[in-house]
Amino acid sequence: MRFGVIVLPGSNCDVDCYHVVKEVLKEPVDYVWHQEDNLDRYDCIMIPGGFSYGDYLRVGAIAKFSPAVRAVEEFAARGKPVLGICNGFQILLEMGLLPGAMLHNESLEFRCEFVHLRVENNQTPFTKKYRKGQVIRVPIAHGEGNYYADEDTLARLEEGRQVVFRYSDPEGRLSPDSNPNGSVHHIAGICNEAGNILGMMPHPERCAEEILGSTDGRLVFESLRSWWEENGGVAGG
Amino acid sequence: MNPSGRGGKKMGVWQVVNPRWEEVGLTEEEYKRIMEILGREPNDLELGMYGLMWSEHCSYKHSKLHLRLFPTEGECVLQGPGENAGVVDIGDGMAVAFRLESHNHPSAIEPYQGAATGIGGIVRDILTMGARPIALLDSLRFGKLDDERTRYLFGGVVSGISGYGNCLGLPTVGGEVYFDDCYRGNPLVNVMCIGLMEKGRIVKGRASGVGNAVMVVGAKTGRDGIHGASLLASREFDEKSEEMRPAVQVGDPFMEKLLVESCLELVETDWVVGVNDLGAAGLTSACSETAGRAGSGMEVDVALVPRREEGMTPYEVMLSESQERMLVIIKKGKEKEVEKTFSKWGLDSAVIGRVTGDGMLTILENGRQVASVPAASLSHQAPVYNRERRRPAYLDQITRLSVEDLPVPREAGEVLRRLLASPNLGSREWIWRQYDYMVRTNTVVYPGADAAVLRVKGTGKGLAVTTDGNSRYCYLDPRTGGAIAVAEAARNVVCTGAKPLAITNCLNFGNPERPEVLWQFREVIEGMSTAARALGTPVTGGNVSFYNETFGTAIYPTPVVGMLGLLKDISRRVTPGFKEVGDVIILLGETREELGGTEYLKVVHGIVGGRPPEMDLNLEVRVQKVCLEAMERGWVKSAHDVSDGGLAVALAECCFWAEPGAAGCEVTLETGIRPDAVLFGESQSRVILTVKEDDLSSLLAMARSMEVAAGVLGRVVDGRLSVGLVTTGGTGKKSTRRVLMDEPTQELYKIWRNALPEKMK
Repeated sequence: MRFGVIVLPGSNCDVDCYHVVKEVLKEPVDYVWHQEDNLDRYDCIMIPGGFSYGDYLRVGAIAKFSPAVRAVEEFAARGKPVLGICNGFQILLEMGLLPGAMLHNESLEFRCEFVHLRVENNQTPFTKKYRKGQVIRVPIAHGEGNYYADEDTLARLEEGRQVVFRYSDPEGRLSPDSNPNGSVHHIAGICNEAGNILGMMPHPERCAEEILGSTDGRLVFESLRSWWEENGGVAGG
Repeated sequence: MNPSGRGGKKMGVWQVVNPRWEEVGLTEEEYKRIMEILGREPNDLELGMYGLMWSEHCSYKHSKLHLRLFPTEGECVLQGPGENAGVVDIGDGMAVAFRLESHNHPSAIEPYQGAATGIGGIVRDILTMGARPIALLDSLRFGKLDDERTRYLFGGVVSGISGYGNCLGLPTVGGEVYFDDCYRGNPLVNVMCIGLMEKGRIVKGRASGVGNAVMVVGAKTGRDGIHGASLLASREFDEKSEEMRPAVQVGDPFMEKLLVESCLELVETDWVVGVNDLGAAGLTSACSETAGRAGSGMEVDVALVPRREEGMTPYEVMLSESQERMLVIIKKGKEKEVEKTFSKWGLDSAVIGRVTGDGMLTILENGRQVASVPAASLSHQAPVYNRERRRPAYLDQITRLSVEDLPVPREAGEVLRRLLASPNLGSREWIWRQYDYMVRTNTVVYPGADAAVLRVKGTGKGLAVTTDGNSRYCYLDPRTGGAIAVAEAARNVVCTGAKPLAITNCLNFGNPERPEVLWQFREVIEGMSTAARALGTPVTGGNVSFYNETFGTAIYPTPVVGMLGLLKDISRRVTPGFKEVGDVIILLGETREELGGTEYLKVVHGIVGGRPPEMDLNLEVRVQKVCLEAMERGWVKSAHDVSDGGLAVALAECCFWAEPGAAGCEVTLETGIRPDAVLFGESQSRVILTVKEDDLSSLLAMARSMEVAAGVLGRVVDGRLSVGLVTTGGTGKKSTRRVLMDEPTQELYKIWRNALPEKMK
């Protein structure tokens, strides 16, 4: 299963995504330079975290014009999985591939810490190895992760089971203290209607190895491989 | 600039105009020396260049002689002082570049940009060596947080570090912060960066090879930061300081990120001869230093430098401190390839001149010569001063402290609560959760522990890094304080299981032209040098920041030590938190009746005085050896250095960082000294270890064989911090156990965790 990690000017977590696929999942992976517009050889595209183009205008606002990011639209239309993490999620929102927008954290501060997530939908290519309702420990690191969408959009998201992860406490309860940025409905990650595009603010690539304090994020990548195998892919290829 | 030269200008009446040299921050003597070198009067541009390069900030003219005391050689040292950063060998063909630098005065005037550009500068220093920057640490000092301006400065500096470091994708993994009135007008912002590289790929800041190209890469040059080094960094603060705001540069972390990636691509090639940061003193510094180090000359045309603004004079181009730029010396004929590398990242690059063999730094503007001076006279022949040093009179008064006159507080638990609520001892999480300390997925031990630990991917090794420096000790006894700074930094690194390798440092002091300040400076260096020798940790470089004064009052002498340690096997790393109920708690080292200079004395008795704790370097070396050997044998489950706040605070921290279900301890102290000195005294060379019952006797035997005192304090329990006292009289007779404190861990934790947020509300 060949992964492509898009490298935009200002991408920071490209190295971490690359590392987790290559060294933990042990699948082939390439960096995809932002000028590249052909993604045909990949089975999954990751848009990593960072501050693309400095994010001086609005998070993700400039990145959406880069050739590689534009090519993601067509890639996703063919049903292939796209995973946007942190800045990658923000870019997917700017592109309109996922609904809603990001506001500054309620605290108005950048926040880096481990949080708990409740898995809301385990029927996606990214979460099929989790249990529904499972609570996992994953770090966040962002200044603008306060997810917002209007009531109609939220209703559609909830109805379509597009909310994939929610911030919760260790017991899976949605207490106010367990929402680190003020996101509506405690939303930490959502997918499109087809389920093959996932955007999430927390960083699963940062918690896929014992040495990093949690391996809870690893199942995102293992789910992807398992989904791909079930859909005719051959592992290690 | 006064173009008419010295003296007065006639405007109806005689008006006093500053002499030429004062305009650029030099003395008359120094001006005469420039005339001797040139054999003529310097023109304005030349004088401006000397003003910058001979400023204390660039030339170290007051510190150079004393810095020579530092031990700089050691087995692991690949590059000592003199380059942009020190480099040490960590085996497996890998090397680490690291350096600590100050950005104090800019941060005092514009906290966000001052701190941000401080990071930009130190990151480029690491980059110039050819290393990939992998982590940052910050050592900060501010006034007391009840002052509104201090809160503004503190908040601004933390956001500046967060804004720049996070965007750059560099984890900020550690550091320290202290609050004291002496920093009210002059906060300190010291930043450390460490970088990783292949051992054989060290790049130097040298311009050699006649005909090779001199290129500027990265951001365009503007009018910002002119005179930052000479006027801002090399003067004290007074009522005019606010006017210096335009001398603070503005940072662009995105540009820096592109610069990092493109320069790292460049150093992979064989085209690079030398690289230098364009930081303080801009092109003047980078050109004269690279030529000066190589013994060559250089000819550059300012008209070729990409500009951000129109109509800049040669003076402005040569002195600009615009950020995110580098000077690279490239093999002749490879200029086009270099341009391609940078344009791939959307960056400017331009050939601005050539390396010459005449030893002169010649500046042209559209081919017309506008300055020509010996390159090395700017960079390496600045005057060196050995000014008068005098022991300050305050020391006689302040070190006198009769402990007998101090009442022993009745409620030790109440004292512990007050100490944990002190911004100097409370949790720093409010700060570091604003930093992305995890990006690059190397951070294995997070901020808050004695030292941060980073994995070196692909090797099984780990790097332990910390910064340290207790300025109150240095104020009371600079020599002892200097030694403690080094010893404690080493101890912190040892507590993670790493062997201390080498140090970098930043020396923050007042005005060195005052004999008392220079005496403190010299004493601190003597103390640091002795400790560095004893511990086998050579000094690979650093930075001096003088003139940290406001209206004539200097800060405490504040050396900050940045220590690098190596874990051969990262799976053997140790953290400070208790691990399991029933584990035995051991104290290595000796507790003496030492209350001088402690946080307890300040917080509870309102006294800054006495003598700092004694520093017995032989004992220190032995304690660290016992720790490391015990860790290597796998006996140690947790380790924590006993420092500010003493044993009680250290035990509380072990509880706060404990694994779930092991957040408490039941301890009995057997001693003949005052209970407050036992609980809150800051005797050095002490470490709290926990071991399994089964390993206890082996550990005690090993400590005995190395002549290190090791006492069993008690056991790990859950939920409570309980300390009892058994007094031993002169006859060896023991009293019954008296409970000194018995506090719920959760309550203490809340106080400790809220110490900073409470003040920053």
